[in-house]
Amino acid sequence: MNILYDERVDGVLPDVDKNALLQALQTQLPDLEILHQREALKPYECDGLSAYRTTPMLVVLPRHIEEVQGVLRLCHARQVPVVARGAGTGLSGGALPLEKGVLLVMARFNNILHIDPAARTARVQPGVRNLAISQAAAPFGLYYAPDPSSQIACSIGGNVAENAGGVHCLKYGLTVHNLLKVDILTVDGEHLALGSQALDSPGFDLLALFTGSEGMLGVITEVTVKLLPKPQTAKVLLAAFDSVEKAGRAVGDIIAAGIIPGGLEMMDNLAIRAAEDFIHAGYPVDAEAILLCELDGVEADVHDDCDRVRQVLQQAGATDVRQACDEAERVRFWAGRKNAFPAVGRLSPDYYCMDGTIPRRELPGVLQAIAALSAEYGLRVANVFHAGDGNMHPLILFDANQPGELDRAEALGGKILELCVAVGGSITGEHGVGREKINQMCAQFNSDELTVFHAVKAAFDPSGLLNPGKNIPTLHRCAEFGAMHVHMGQLPFPELERF
Amino acid sequence: MGSEHDFDDSAALLEQVNQALENATPLRIQGSNSKAFLGCSVAGEVLDTRSHRGIVSYDPTELVITARGGTPLTELFEVLDAAQQMLPCEPPAFGENATVGGMIACGLSGPRRPWSGSVRDFILGTRIITGHGKHLRFGGEVMKNVAGYDLSRLMAGSYGSLGVVTEVSLKVLPKPRQTLSISLEMDAQRALQRLAEWGQQPLPITAACHDGQRLNLRLEGGEGSVAAAHDRLGGERLDASYWHDLNEHRLSFFDEDRPLWRLSLPPNTPRLPLPGVQLIDWAGAQRWLKSDAEATFIRSIVEQVGGHVTCYAPGLADSPFQPLPDALMRYHRNLKQQLDPRGLFNPGRLYAEL
Repeated sequence: MNILYDERVDGVLPDVDKNALLQALQTQLPDLEILHQREALKPYECDGLSAYRTTPMLVVLPRHIEEVQGVLRLCHARQVPVVARGAGTGLSGGALPLEKGVLLVMARFNNILHIDPAARTARVQPGVRNLAISQAAAPFGLYYAPDPSSQIACSIGGNVAENAGGVHCLKYGLTVHNLLKVDILTVDGEHLALGSQALDSPGFDLLALFTGSEGMLGVITEVTVKLLPKPQTAKVLLAAFDSVEKAGRAVGDIIAAGIIPGGLEMMDNLAIRAAEDFIHAGYPVDAEAILLCELDGVEADVHDDCDRVRQVLQQAGATDVRQACDEAERVRFWAGRKNAFPAVGRLSPDYYCMDGTIPRRELPGVLQAIAALSAEYGLRVANVFHAGDGNMHPLILFDANQPGELDRAEALGGKILELCVAVGGSITGEHGVGREKINQMCAQFNSDELTVFHAVKAAFDPSGLLNPGKNIPTLHRCAEFGAMHVHMGQLPFPELERF
Repeated sequence: MGSEHDFDDSAALLEQVNQALENATPLRIQGSNSKAFLGCSVAGEVLDTRSHRGIVSYDPTELVITARGGTPLTELFEVLDAAQQMLPCEPPAFGENATVGGMIACGLSGPRRPWSGSVRDFILGTRIITGHGKHLRFGGEVMKNVAGYDLSRLMAGSYGSLGVVTEVSLKVLPKPRQTLSISLEMDAQRALQRLAEWGQQPLPITAACHDGQRLNLRLEGGEGSVAAAHDRLGGERLDASYWHDLNEHRLSFFDEDRPLWRLSLPPNTPRLPLPGVQLIDWAGAQRWLKSDAEATFIRSIVEQVGGHVTCYAPGLADSPFQPLPDALMRYHRNLKQQLDPRGLFNPGRLYAEL
């Protein structure tokens, strides 16, 4: 089923007179930068999921919050859909535009408003890059913990909208754990402050509800994040294994020993070889799997933990355990992992990055099943895994120029996600649902659960103008999707009419 | 695991909710009533969750425990203890028979909260009986999960007004290898200054309370970091039971006659000039006040510094929780209306409008 907005199953969008809207925007917001000509709109037709593109009707690039408010009010009055976008690095098509909608680009709000070292907070505009926050906090010995791999480019507004993760989540949490306050504008331009400078706020935890809501409930205009003192030291161990199962068990053993590593990553043989070929990190290319285990904190504790983890890894059957001897080697060990995606990209004209999570104990079975699916679909799959928190990133290798390969890659990806749900996991750990996984939502949630999600949406955006078609599928879409995926003789959503 | 009391009574709970829907009878959801003194009193038929209890699953190496809403907190803590793990947010029980469901509904956290996160931060997934009479599952048992809206974390601190939490999956962590509590003599102003400085350094502090005369600290981590911090900070040894007594309001401070107020503040707020006596917890972010002052007066002072106030003396304030700005209340009402359209669950417990 096509991933682009389909009014037949995703809901009819209001017809908008582009010229009248353009004129109204120009009249009411004379300083607002508006893109409306075809060639100017082109760069905005996709986000980080570039396989899917739609040219937006208009792109607006406000510089003042009042302009954002003006755009929202005007669009609300005229019933025009609005898709908000930050840096456009998202991997699930969450900022994929609509032909009948306005793309609201928040990237120009890139000021760090205030760093308060005593309170350990940073108040920033939504277009500030993730890494820029840590850079601004560095002179105070502080940093912002969540570090999605796109952190040099991705913006904090998008991080909040997607509840972004990274490689240090097991110990330091996701975006939702590192926020104090988010200011938003509702669909009709009303300002709400969610959370506060204090550690909690009266009423419902709307800050938690909005984090990861993918631009469906409001537009983020300001974010206050928590900062942490930089760990005194960080050390990395690299362990090689002759089987993925052993590596998986070693992860459980480390945690059973009472140690929570700052980062704990696994790569399989195909990913190891690709990374080594690209980065020359010193990875053992014959290993079936490697584990990278970073321990951070106070010097004395890290030293002790390194000894403990080394023992655990050896007992778990590691064929080789190496500790990065200096900072340069530590950075090199990580460089291999952090460049795993582009490294795998060199093996194949195209690759498709998945983002499922599973309970860790299910890893061996899931990897076997992925290998079987890989053979069935005739496409190679490299596995990169945030082993500490069960977040897998299988990379499906394909060639979009070969007829049918993209479709096969999509189908294989869908199967992998359904596998994650079947073992008690989730279709998305950190990339979001967006448009990409809209069909797989039908596998993870039943129609009653989806109905509750639609009710939440209706509480904030009853006319459904904010980012329509993302995050939560219509029951109609699920019925059609279900009809194509009869599972074990049972049709999902049997209570729904088929169209 | 498994206790003789384990029982899946969700079908009966669901049946009662559906009956209430049919008869348009509001429900007062309760476990042991240990936190009934918080919020407004609710008129309604009692829905008692305690028959639905037991640990559903716990795998220490996955760092996840799943328990039914009526499970006693003591049982949850015993099971975690046996595996040398903990729920780091240290929820207070305020009663021997407090339940897991009540912990989620009230969302209260203990002394470690500024460093570890709150109850909501450890929620991974829930099963909820909704205002439409359905028993549904949100979130899951994995650390990272961004599929759909985060209904599970929304339940924390909602005082049962959005649904009945029948089951919750929580992230847990290994207990620290070393714990040491110390006490330093200094006044409140100095203590707040030092805490702000120390907060910017990688020190293993996991609790910080000033009782008027002394700053009490808990150090937790590996042997090396705790010893180094102790060498640096000095102070007298303090018995670890202090933190439990603080958390459960058993320190002599809480015996005082005057009404108790909870102040939630930006952590670096200076000492506030309020009538009565104060105890500073959470390194400044939570302060307990024993005072006869009017709610409106306390609130006006606290609002000025960006905080909020909860009245812990039942029946004293018209709204025990800080009133919300109009726009925010409107969206609270919308959300309540969408999720509990018949106003079934704990009407008025959190705010009269909900």
